[in-house]
Amino acid sequence: MTAVDRPVMQKKDYKTDQEVRWCPGCGDYSILNAVQGAFAKLGKQLHETVIISGIGCSSRFPYYMETYGFHTIHGRAPALATGVKASNPALDVWVVTGDGDAMSIGGNHFIHAMRRNVGLKILMFNNRIYGLTKGQFSPTSEQGKVTKSSPLGTVDYPFSPIALSLGAGGTFVARGVDILGPHLEDMVCRASAHAGTAVVEIYQNCNIFNDGAYKGFTDKEVRDARLLFLQHGQPLLFGANKDQGLAFDANFRPCLVSGGDLGKAYVWDETAESPAPAMALATMSESEFPVPVGVFRRRDKPTFEDGLQAQIAAAKAKKQESLRDLLYAGEIWDVG
Amino acid sequence: MAVHDKHLQDLDQAVIRFAGDSGDGMQLTGDQFTRTTALMGNDIATFPDFPAEIRAPAGTLPGVSAFQLRFSSFDIHTPGDAPDVLVAMNPAALKVHLKELKRDGILLLNTASFSALDLKKAKYDKDPRTDGSLSGYRTIEVDLEARTQEALANSPLDNRARGRCKNMYALGILYWMFHRDPAPTEKAIAQKFGKKPDLVAANLAAMRAGFAYAETTEVFQTAYRVPPAPMKPGTYRNIMGNQALCLGLVAGAQKAGLQLFLGSYPITPASDILHQLSGYKHHGVVTFQAEDEIAAVCAAIGASYSGCLGITSTSGPGIALKSEAMGLAVMAELPLIVIDVQRAGPSTGMPTKTQQADLLQVMYGRNGESPVCVLAASTPADAFEVGFEAVRIATKYMAPVVVLSDGYIANGSEPWLLPDPDALPAIPVAFAPAGEPGVKFMPYARDPATLARPWARPGTKGLVHRIGGLEKADVTGNICYEPDNHQHMVDTRAQKIANIAADLPPLQTFGPRHGDVLVLGWGSPRGAITAATLRLQQKGLQVSCAFLRHLNPLPNDLGELMKGFRRVVLPELNKGQLAMMLRSKYLVDVQSHSQVNGQPFKSHDIERHLLKVFAELGVEVSQ
Ligand SMILES: Cc1ncc(C[n+]2csc(CCOP(=O)(O)OP(=O)(O)O)c2C)c(N)n1
Ligand code: SF4
Ligand SMILES: [Mg+2]
Repeated sequence: MTAVDRPVMQKKDYKTDQEVRWCPGCGDYSILNAVQGAFAKLGKQLHETVIISGIGCSSRFPYYMETYGFHTIHGRAPALATGVKASNPALDVWVVTGDGDAMSIGGNHFIHAMRRNVGLKILMFNNRIYGLTKGQFSPTSEQGKVTKSSPLGTVDYPFSPIALSLGAGGTFVARGVDILGPHLEDMVCRASAHAGTAVVEIYQNCNIFNDGAYKGFTDKEVRDARLLFLQHGQPLLFGANKDQGLAFDANFRPCLVSGGDLGKAYVWDETAESPAPAMALATMSESEFPVPVGVFRRRDKPTFEDGLQAQIAAAKAKKQESLRDLLYAGEIWDVG
Repeated sequence: MAVHDKHLQDLDQAVIRFAGDSGDGMQLTGDQFTRTTALMGNDIATFPDFPAEIRAPAGTLPGVSAFQLRFSSFDIHTPGDAPDVLVAMNPAALKVHLKELKRDGILLLNTASFSALDLKKAKYDKDPRTDGSLSGYRTIEVDLEARTQEALANSPLDNRARGRCKNMYALGILYWMFHRDPAPTEKAIAQKFGKKPDLVAANLAAMRAGFAYAETTEVFQTAYRVPPAPMKPGTYRNIMGNQALCLGLVAGAQKAGLQLFLGSYPITPASDILHQLSGYKHHGVVTFQAEDEIAAVCAAIGASYSGCLGITSTSGPGIALKSEAMGLAVMAELPLIVIDVQRAGPSTGMPTKTQQADLLQVMYGRNGESPVCVLAASTPADAFEVGFEAVRIATKYMAPVVVLSDGYIANGSEPWLLPDPDALPAIPVAFAPAGEPGVKFMPYARDPATLARPWARPGTKGLVHRIGGLEKADVTGNICYEPDNHQHMVDTRAQKIANIAADLPPLQTFGPRHGDVLVLGWGSPRGAITAATLRLQQKGLQVSCAFLRHLNPLPNDLGELMKGFRRVVLPELNKGQLAMMLRSKYLVDVQSHSQVNGQPFKSHDIERHLLKVFAELGVEVSQ
């Protein structure tokens, strides 16, 4: 079927008959809405799309999407999805995971999916908390966080999922926010267009166990001053009037520029070969600097599934062997 | 092959053990003797015994590597207990293996490395050649190093490389001694080192020199001839267990019309399955070396979900990691084959040594009521049929199937009567057809006979549905926590596995279905049990044996069969795991005969044990 005669899709086509069971006010609702919007825009056909999740509130996602869906086990969605994509590369395979699911128990599979550049689109709902198990700290919780399992505050340092993805060789690494619907929709569309592994970290509010985690930079009143929208080919500017900029010194340390120095703002190149600028953005202090959202990195690289299938095709072309020849191989001898 | 004026004696069997340092090429030597002997029409069984360390310090006890083979003019079931001939390449090999050599057996001893230091490395206080340790054996001392260097005086290889050909010199001696045709080895060596003509020439020269040495010197008085065994007519190939299992899986996948997908993570003694299947890309086989065992099984489940035959291979420690995902496959009701090539545990245990102690792990080692089908291979060639059977069951019942093998089967070899590929049964697989618009697909609507659910491939129109590890309502597959539904689903998943028994043929017994003692077995002890049983039958005892390929579900006629005997004895390489299962299921007093020393059973040990059982029963044994 060519793009032209594919049926036009609407948001409601992706809704299932299952009652959505997230807490009222949970950020997951807006993410569901943005994904459905993006899928409709892209005309994704139900039967060609597979959504695979781990365990967590976020991982309930497949039940609410009228596509193929597999709600698997804690942390393992990227591994299972790799099996799906590798054995049928024609499928459009999405992974939905949480900060506990992907960063903690499933950290290994998460990084290795990126190392291989498997064509998976990973949506990582980061609420900086374990939602489903009712509020323990996660590997992305800020240090000192008081939770049910850290009454005196955490001693652990968090890591940045973006920095982790960059370090693991991620070829598409982006960040969106639950309440920035159109921007998030755009991130989902752009992830979809990427051939290899695409990771979108989505800041998601858990209004029950970690309410307001991102308030400090996503609330309407502060958003302009605190969010830095990464735009390919554009200088890193923020503020209501785009009168502040971010630049790097010779050691790739970020610094703020304004006024006459605004021209020194770094011109963002999401396709840059070096991951250094993206890494600098991913690791800079959230309180001292604006918080970047958008595409950190986008690089073309052959995918795992294509490499795998190409080897098989080449091996088949080079050697045809019947089952009989396979069995009757090596040194054989006849009796009687 | 002229033997001049030397003696030529006919034997009906011989057991040879090659033992040396890991660097001495004992596995290769044993392998060459095996191939030659198989081609000469003998029945043969082999047992490679690898050292624990890949590169233990040369000359030390942990570095000793051995290869035992038994060949015969009759049908044999085991690689033999005690060797008739021991080839010991250094003091350490002598120290480890001499105690197993038969009294009056032949010891071919390489005397090249018996310096004080060599003796110390082998933990000998005194030189065993002079302290009487070797009395009672027919010892032939040869300085293999010096003889090989002499033979290769004109070789362009350096001294070290020449010295490394001494295993071929020893092989030449053995070829003379057992009247073997060196031609197949000449061919094999030429192939193996084809790109290095100097190496080919040196290896062959060493072998010929060994052969000539044995023929001309006085020390070798007798050569032995073991005529071919009467084998069933057909075409044969010598095969190792891991190889046969792979071929069974590939054949099964082809007969089912499915692409085979293997997810695996390297582990001894299962890695060869990954190695071998990765060489079958021209058969469409996909292999995925995962980041760990969990990813390996999950990827295999993903492959099955998308319509391939998902397989994962590992050993006991890997099964422990895979358990949670195996439970997911039980819940999702997808075909999955999980191969456990068992090794000695617990924990890392003894990776190169054999054991059968994972049975309860694969049966019960998962949370919740999580039944899977469990099959066991019992010999290297049998692994082919078990692999094929696993494909049949997994796809027919939409269920995980565990295949148990072990290190002894995996690396042992035997002649395999090759099946006619056209005569292998088809494995019918029907994917759910595209759905009608407006009709909701029911992912858990079941086949009334098998209780299998439909296999709906993503990409198929009209079949979109969600599955997962949460309990679901039967038929619709929607999440459901209703008490009655959960009871029904637990019962249904159990019944589905139980239904597999309906396909199974009646158990075969060696001997009548009634008598004093029934020896039951599963897995690799089969050979030792068969040999022991046949010997006791020859002594006139009422003993039969039977072997279980299907451990879950068990064959329907097993309960009746056991009732036909006064005693049921079950030798297994664990602390009585199957015995426990049978006792609890059938309330039959199954007596466990357990061995957990990392070694396979010796048939004589089983025979001795059975004699004790007969004595307890008050049965007179005529000696
Ligand atoms: C093997 C295993 N360990 C622990 C759990 C319990 N568990 C379920 S979800 C979860 C954490 C989920 O956190 P996250 O991935 O951040 O998802 P969220 O609920 O916040 O969306 C844990 C610990 C489990 N289901 N399985
Ligand atoms: S617990 Fe938090 S993350 Fe989970 S559904 Fe409720 S609000 Fe959302
Ligand atoms: Mg979370």
